[in-house]
Order: sequence, then structure tokens, then C-alpha cells
Amino acid sequence: MLIRFWGTRGSLPAPLGTAGLRRKLSRALRGAVGRQLDTEEAIERYVAEELDFATSHTFGGNTACVQIDVGGPEHVLCDLGSGARELGLAAMSRYRPGVSQVFHVFLSHLHWDHIQGFPFFVPAYIPGNRIRIYGCHDGLEAGFRRQHGGPSFPVDFSQLPSSIEFVRLGPGEAYEIAGLQVTARRQFHSGDSYAYRFERDGKAVVYSTDSEHKLDDPASARAFADFFRDADLVIFDAMYSLADAFSIKEDWGHSSNVVGVELCQMAGVRHLCLFHHEPAYDDEKLTAIWRETERLEELTRGERPLRITAAYDGLELRV
Amino acid sequence: MELLSARHGDAVVLSPRGRIDHASAETFKTALGPHLAQAGPGRALVLDLGAVDYIASVGLRVLVLASRQVRAQGGTIVVAALAPLVREIFEISKFTLVFPCFATVADALADLAARPQPGAGTR
Repeated sequence: MLIRFWGTRGSLPAPLGTAGLRRKLSRALRGAVGRQLDTEEAIERYVAEELDFATSHTFGGNTACVQIDVGGPEHVLCDLGSGARELGLAAMSRYRPGVSQVFHVFLSHLHWDHIQGFPFFVPAYIPGNRIRIYGCHDGLEAGFRRQHGGPSFPVDFSQLPSSIEFVRLGPGEAYEIAGLQVTARRQFHSGDSYAYRFERDGKAVVYSTDSEHKLDDPASARAFADFFRDADLVIFDAMYSLADAFSIKEDWGHSSNVVGVELCQMAGVRHLCLFHHEPAYDDEKLTAIWRETERLEELTRGERPLRITAAYDGLELRV
Repeated sequence: MELLSARHGDAVVLSPRGRIDHASAETFKTALGPHLAQAGPGRALVLDLGAVDYIASVGLRVLVLASRQVRAQGGTIVVAALAPLVREIFEISKFTLVFPCFATVADALADLAARPQPGAGTR
């Protein structure tokens, strides 16, 4: 499975501004002083190999949208945050006009940052395309219709020419969808959210965002460790620091990098991907959190190492 | 989970030993309980973490709850003498930003002794 990240922010889109861009340019130019960068190859090598992550990359600003590429014109997506706009454009340009595409969308919940990309999701405006939106919430369809029409948006949901279906899933039930075995699990978040576990050919990917984990409740910790068990990749809500999650942001429904490492270690997970980044954090801060999380894993490593990645818009991971 | 205690004036130094993890956090919480109950106005607790090898998020959660209780009672709670690994965990989890941390127990006691006592200077 190829996992492609189109939106990785939490709560609100957070584009890189001019001040952030200038900091990167200044650092890159300072680092270039005294180097022989007089060929395209030398410049490319310098950018790719010498600059630190926060200088050569940006985590991006789009809200949650992750693709599990199963090949062909059938797409599996998790959430439709603002990253869905670029995903839709990429899907439309990948296949020639007239090829009907199917989009299977698994929705964690209906908060705005997880559905706000749908009004700008071009495939929904193309007749012949089929969009199936799966979720465990009541009012799944109503949530989409409410944002897609006046006074919030000029095009009413009823005008969309594609075929759009809403499919209610039951947590704990196993489903076969688009060649994947899919299971959902309820999570602690305002109005509830749902994690999804996707399995195929002995590989497992868990998408678990917008979830506050109470590890001092042993039953809850065990239940999530079982849901994550031996996964090849867990995409995990690490929006807050542990100190914030335990104090001023307690019961706000999000987790931390520290809890992500502990849960994944309990579950024997191979790769933890930090996700749903705090929109107030810049690239330098998110890179520091990534490095600290790697250090925590190193300090607490058991028999099996846990690979740590911080998701960014454009990241691709193969499991 | 062993928890030694020693009184130093109005402060009590509590010294847990070993790991504070998912297996032992509840025992640690229970052991702290009686000391927290006595940490009222003008009283301070110093948690000497010098003999703690590791603290998991559940252990840090116990510290948050302890701090909440002691502050609500008008008392003070600080941590001191963090071993290097525990110090790193405090830094990574950002607990150093929300919990008063001292390099040594002596530093913590000196700081507490220098603080104005409740009611001092008032009639």
C-alpha cells in the first residue's frame, strides 16, 4: 500500500507565510556561503542533502486528507480536509477525461477541518464519478449538505452531478471495501471520532486522528493497543504536548507525541506517523517535535524499534 | 513502588524509587495520597526523582493530579534531582514548562524557604 498525505494540519489550514519563507531563504543562503554551488547538480545536492528539514521542506498547511493508493481509478481516502482539493485535481489529471473514478472516503468525524475540502473536490463535479462516503456517525449526509450550499457556498449539494452515497459503518465490524479489510473504532473526541484499520496482504495501516487517549484507564489503553496491534503504520493525532494535553487542553480531544510512542510500543507497531499538526506551530517547531519524538523512542525502545515520521503535505510512505 | 519521606521544616521531601510506569503508577498515586492531603497552606512537597529510572505518561499524569490537589489546598509541590533520562522525558513532554523543577533537593528547599509565607506581613 502506498500512503500519500495531502493534508496533515489540525483544526485550520495554516499556509506558510512570507516571514516563514524568508527565514528558510536566509538560512539556505547563509549555509551556501563559501560553497561551490555553480552547477544545477551542486545546487540540487546542497538542497537535498545539506539543508535541514525545516529549511528544505514545509509541513504544509492543508487540513486532514490521506490517500491509500490501491492502484487504478479506484481511490481510498481518509477525511476530506482542505488537502482534498489537490488530491481531486491530481486524480482528474491522472486519468483521461471520460474515465469514471470511484472515491471511497472514510470519515473520522464531521468537524469542519475534516470535510471542508469537499466543496472544492473537483471529481464531485464530474458526471460519471462515484463518491462513497463511509462513517459511523448519525447525520453523516446532513453534515456535508449543511456546508455545501447557501449561505456558506454558492453551489448546493443537490446540484453535484457525480453519484454520491453515504454508507453507515458499525464500529468493530469488519468490511471488505476496495480490496481492503476495514474496521472502525470509536475514539474520545467531542461528538466522537472513529479510527480505521486497513489491512491487505498481511499489511496493516491505522488512521487514528482526533483522539484523546487516557492511558491511565487500563481498559482503554489495552483496547487501543489491540486495535493498533502489529500495524505497519499508525497515523496518529499528536497535536499537543503531553503537558498541554494533561493541563489546559485536557478533554479537548487530542493526543501527544509521547502517548503516540507509548501506545505504539505497547502494540508492537513498526512505524508511527505524527499527524494533525497544531496550526500555530511553524516548520521549525514541528521539526523539533519530530526529533524529540525520535529521541523518546530511542530512550524507551523495547525489543522492536519504532520508526518515527512527522507527516507533511506531499509525503508518501509505502508499507 | 517505594516512597521514602523526610521532613525539612515546613517541607516534606518524598523520594520514590524505580520505574513509574503503567504497572506502578497506581501504587505511586496511592502512596502519595496521604502526603498530598497534608499539603495545605504554607506546606510544601518536594518530589525527589533522583532514584526514579523512568517515568511514563501515566506517572506524569499522577504528578499533574497531585499538583492540582496541592495547589487547591494552598500548598506547593515541586520536583527535584531528576535523573538524566527522566529529565529528558520531562523536556520532551514539556513538563519542565508547567512543573517547577530544581537541579537538587537542596536547591528546591532553599527556594521554598525563601518564599514569603502565607499571611506574612499582614495583620
